[in-house]
Amino acid sequence: MPRSGGVMVVAEAAEGGLAPISAELAAVGRTLADELSQPLSAVLLGSGAAAAVEELARLGPDRVLVADDLGLADYQADAYLAVLAPLVREEGPEILLLGQTPSMRELAPRLAFRLGTGLTTDCTALRIEDGVMVMTKPVFGGSALSELSIPEARPQIATVRARVFQPAPPRQDRQAEVRHLEVKLDAVRTRVLETVREAASSGPRLKDAKVVVSGGRGLGGPENWNYVEQLAETLGAAVGATRAVTDAGWVPSAFQVGLTGVTISPDLYITVGVSGAVQHIAGCSGARNIVAINKDPDANIFKHARFGVVADYKQVVPALTQRIKELRG
Amino acid sequence: MNIIVTIKQVPDPDIPPNHFKVDEAAKRVIAPPGVAPVMNGYDANALEAALRLKEEHGGKVTALSLGTAEARDTLKRSIAMGADEAVLLDDPALLDGDSYTTALALAKAIGKIGAYDLVLCGRQASDTDAGQVALGIGELLGLPTVSPAIGLELANGSLKVNRMIEDGYQVLEVPLPALVAVSSEIAEPRYPPLRGIMAAGRAQIPVWSAADLGLGASDVGAAGRKVAVRRLYVETRETRCELIEGDSPAEAGAALAQRLRDAKLI
Ligand SMILES: Cc1cc2nc3c(=O)[nH]c(=O)nc-3n(C[C@H](O)[C@H](O)[C@H](O)COP(=O)(O)OP(=O)(O)OC[C@H]3O[C@@H](n4cnc5c(N)ncnc54)[C@H](O)[C@@H]3O)c2cc1C
Ligand SMILES: Nc1ncnc2c1ncn2[C@@H]1O[C@H](COP(=O)(O)O)[C@@H](O)[C@H]1O
Repeated sequence: MPRSGGVMVVAEAAEGGLAPISAELAAVGRTLADELSQPLSAVLLGSGAAAAVEELARLGPDRVLVADDLGLADYQADAYLAVLAPLVREEGPEILLLGQTPSMRELAPRLAFRLGTGLTTDCTALRIEDGVMVMTKPVFGGSALSELSIPEARPQIATVRARVFQPAPPRQDRQAEVRHLEVKLDAVRTRVLETVREAASSGPRLKDAKVVVSGGRGLGGPENWNYVEQLAETLGAAVGATRAVTDAGWVPSAFQVGLTGVTISPDLYITVGVSGAVQHIAGCSGARNIVAINKDPDANIFKHARFGVVADYKQVVPALTQRIKELRG
Repeated sequence: MNIIVTIKQVPDPDIPPNHFKVDEAAKRVIAPPGVAPVMNGYDANALEAALRLKEEHGGKVTALSLGTAEARDTLKRSIAMGADEAVLLDDPALLDGDSYTTALALAKAIGKIGAYDLVLCGRQASDTDAGQVALGIGELLGLPTVSPAIGLELANGSLKVNRMIEDGYQVLEVPLPALVAVSSEIAEPRYPPLRGIMAAGRAQIPVWSAADLGLGASDVGAAGRKVAVRRLYVETRETRCELIEGDSPAEAGAALAQRLRDAKLI
């Protein structure tokens, strides 16, 4: 593999623009590239994503590489791999960063295996030490942290957890050089028959909400979900859930907060009947203020909460909701 | 429909945080006394999904694990749940590997078992939390690969997979043979029936070495790693939760609202 060096990040498009993970990748990619005194390039795959390309070019990379093709309009592992694997081989970056997003968490391991190199998924910190990237990754659900490196194989690949790294601010004074790539797609073996949207149709979106209210198994059953919903509605908050709740089918998977669900970082996170298992905390440790309502004083959630009430939620939540209504007039 | 399910034995993920300890020098977890290792949760979901497909369409389910002799217990549990056969990859040369070497050994073993229509795996192991091995196997075997699946259906010889996306799921049509890594929503694992427990007692579980898989000692285990572990540690955090009280739970609830207002959070 030729080694022209550099740091490469794989940005992602979203409806009408760039997905937020892109700015987070651009920022951490820039830090690593500066540390190594090497250039930063950003890759974007999509179809007709001119606005996203424009946005990406202002996030500080030296170069933007664009693969624009109808076959790349929506993420499909086979198609995206057919573009990324040869591109990475040709460019030979030292470091390749992707987001730990629904698409890239499926793609990154296959890319690493195809390139015969190493990967660490879901990193929460990255730094350079003696010329190599040291990756911090929570393991055992978040009970422990490990620090890993890829001593020999290249590129060193990492996916980064969403909403952990500060996003790069857009710059008006600087715009990267943009290069359009020639696209040759492999046959896509899987076919999308249908896409089903299950997230809440009203209220703010869980992943970028400023206030989130989550319910856990402690609610006792789906018939009590309205306690969570009414509190959330009063606050204009998004609704979340634990895996115990999504596995039981009280609400769809899209509501799950945690290691294997959505990562949130709201200003205020209120949990009701949630024990605070490490795997749940993994998805909400970025919340600035956690509030716990749980009848067990020893529940782990209180180790992470700023405010807590130890009592039956059925008494606490209606009074809390009512008082908030009054305070907000 | 012949299905191979990869099954990993892991430390119990429900070890409470205050009992969770690591040996920093050895970079390993110290299991609290009396807490036995378990079948990785998502692998139990994968096995359940495999058993349901078999019950509906016939065929054979083979459980495959890479681990130490202790992992035999987990494979016995797979048989007790209803797997027809199990294979254990146990060899000092395979120990202390990473996602890459693990997937390589499992892919070779799947090739050696042969004649499969579907490989089912967990979306991630609850110790590594990596989410790599399943996708790696798919890539090494050149199979259409999907993760994480929350639904699975076989109709007219093709597989329909519900793959989780950010705000719902997509329904994919996947040609066989394929590899699918599953999430917990797919199927709640059954408890082993008595009949199964007796079958597990009698079952012979073949053990394969790296050499049986055609792998040299430098390809796998610690020698074949791409990723090096520099450190494993537990972050300690201090608690500073302010408990809000009241004469009754309802008053505590109202007081909480006031406290949140004072803190300018609402
Ligand atoms: C690999 C892996 C990944 C995982 N990923 C996730 C994830 O992404 N997100 C996630 O959430 N979990 C995840 N989990 C599951 C996690 O380990 C826990 O099992 C789960 O979070 C527990 O959910 P819970 O808090 O709702 O339920 P429980 O742990 O059962 O807690 C219920 C709580 O409610 C309290 N309670 C009961 N009744 C009342 C009442 N009347 N009033 C007030 N409080 C009451 C109880 O004291 C208890 O603390 C994962 C697990 C594994 C192994
Ligand atoms: N040692 C192992 N033996 C059997 N299956 C494994 C092993 N390691 C990983 N797997 C499978 O690969 C999945 C993902 O593992 P990981 O990449 O470690 O998160 C697991 O859910 C298992 O199905």
